[in-house]
Amino acid sequence: MELQRVVKFEAERDPEFVRWITQTVGGERIRHCLQCGLCSGSCPLSLYMDYTPRRLMHLSREGFKEEVLSSYTIWLCTCCYACMVECPKKINITHMMYALKTRAIREHFYPKRFAIPVLAREFSRMIRGSGRITESRLVMRVFFKTAAWRLLGFSKLGLQLMRTGRMRLGREKVEHRADIVTLLNAVDEMKKELAR
Amino acid sequence: MKYAYYPGCSLKGTGRAYEESLLAVLRVLDVEVEELRDWNCCGATTYMSFDELQSYALAARNLSMAKQAGHDLMAPCAACYLVLNKTQYYVRDYSWIGAIVEHALDAIDLPKDISAKVRHPLDILLNDVGLDSIRAKVVYPLRGLKVAPYYGCQLVRPYALFDSQRNPTSMDRVLEACGAQIVYYPVKTQCCGGSQKGTLPEVGLDLIRHLLAEAQRNGAEVISTVCPLCQFNLEAFEEQASNAHQFHFPVLYFTQLLAVAFGVPLTDAGFQRSFVSIKPILAQREIAYA
Repeated sequence: MELQRVVKFEAERDPEFVRWITQTVGGERIRHCLQCGLCSGSCPLSLYMDYTPRRLMHLSREGFKEEVLSSYTIWLCTCCYACMVECPKKINITHMMYALKTRAIREHFYPKRFAIPVLAREFSRMIRGSGRITESRLVMRVFFKTAAWRLLGFSKLGLQLMRTGRMRLGREKVEHRADIVTLLNAVDEMKKELAR
Repeated sequence: MKYAYYPGCSLKGTGRAYEESLLAVLRVLDVEVEELRDWNCCGATTYMSFDELQSYALAARNLSMAKQAGHDLMAPCAACYLVLNKTQYYVRDYSWIGAIVEHALDAIDLPKDISAKVRHPLDILLNDVGLDSIRAKVVYPLRGLKVAPYYGCQLVRPYALFDSQRNPTSMDRVLEACGAQIVYYPVKTQCCGGSQKGTLPEVGLDLIRHLLAEAQRNGAEVISTVCPLCQFNLEAFEEQASNAHQFHFPVLYFTQLLAVAFGVPLTDAGFQRSFVSIKPILAQREIAYA
């Protein structure tokens, strides 16, 4: 049996992470959390999580950055907003999850070939390129970058979709594709300016 | 009545039956719609986890163009509906988000006014068209067809703009006006897992199975949905989700059921795109259809 210390010492916390989370749109009210557990109780995914939403709230505001950003919890969250509706302190939990995901992607805190962040990345690339999503192409791209062998399991479904005219392979796109790139770049410029 | 129509990506792909039946139903009800010119993807749930500020700008481009078009913006997909509304709230509540979005719109020469009202078809049917006008158009009543009304999450959460958050009834009322019988469906706003069936298959399938099992337990003959992703998840994985229970429901868009009642030919309302045919059920219930 390998003995491990699971409790962390004060000095091992990350105060920068706490400052950051309390400044995100979702985490601004995190100090108000009562630890009542209504978020975990209303969450349809909490049964599968390593940390329930209530525990994640507490870990976040106490600065346990590694645990939070490498947890499955943030990726299991489907953004169904059940927790946010139930929270008696009106904490924007779902939005905080978005902020955590964004940071986890930026700092590479997820297992390699883990499909959910790959989906987010491929989705954003497709929008930058076409302005719209072509579902069939997106699904294929994600599978090729994560678990191509699983595509085989979808061949029957693919045929059904093809037969019913629901799988279109032609690329959907906006007329003014350059506008989309300009729009997204303008957001980035402004972000940099605000950060200064 | 005229609306700008924002289809979103799914209604041009896996959710084509939603677009076909919705437009057919609105034609019967004399509601005019015009597709928003050069609309782009709203960003959905996925872009939001990649970069939330860029995602607001993407939604704002559509809202600004809709404002220029001068009509309310009809968004049938629950995810589009939420993202467009959410963008308006955040731009209003956080001046720094507003500044970024305005700057981005300015870069592509679009006006910064993004106040076009975002409406879901259910809201339009219930509050602008009205149940009486719907009843007046019913030619083939649904004769007590047992329907499980599945709303999913993002239509009523986090913003309950036209219906209750915990127990929405707008779809129930619209379908009852066509003669359907709404069965008890306590999981009507529980999440279908969204894209998780693709990314974490075991978890996604578990959520889907639960929703199907509840419909079966409460005696539903069909499941009615308002969101392309909910519809896809419940329909495409019925066979995989079957265990001791065998699931074999037609999973439809609520607009398809309206189309049946209004006498729209089934092929004009996307029924040929279903994996499970509704015809045996209609025959069994002696419900006429075109």
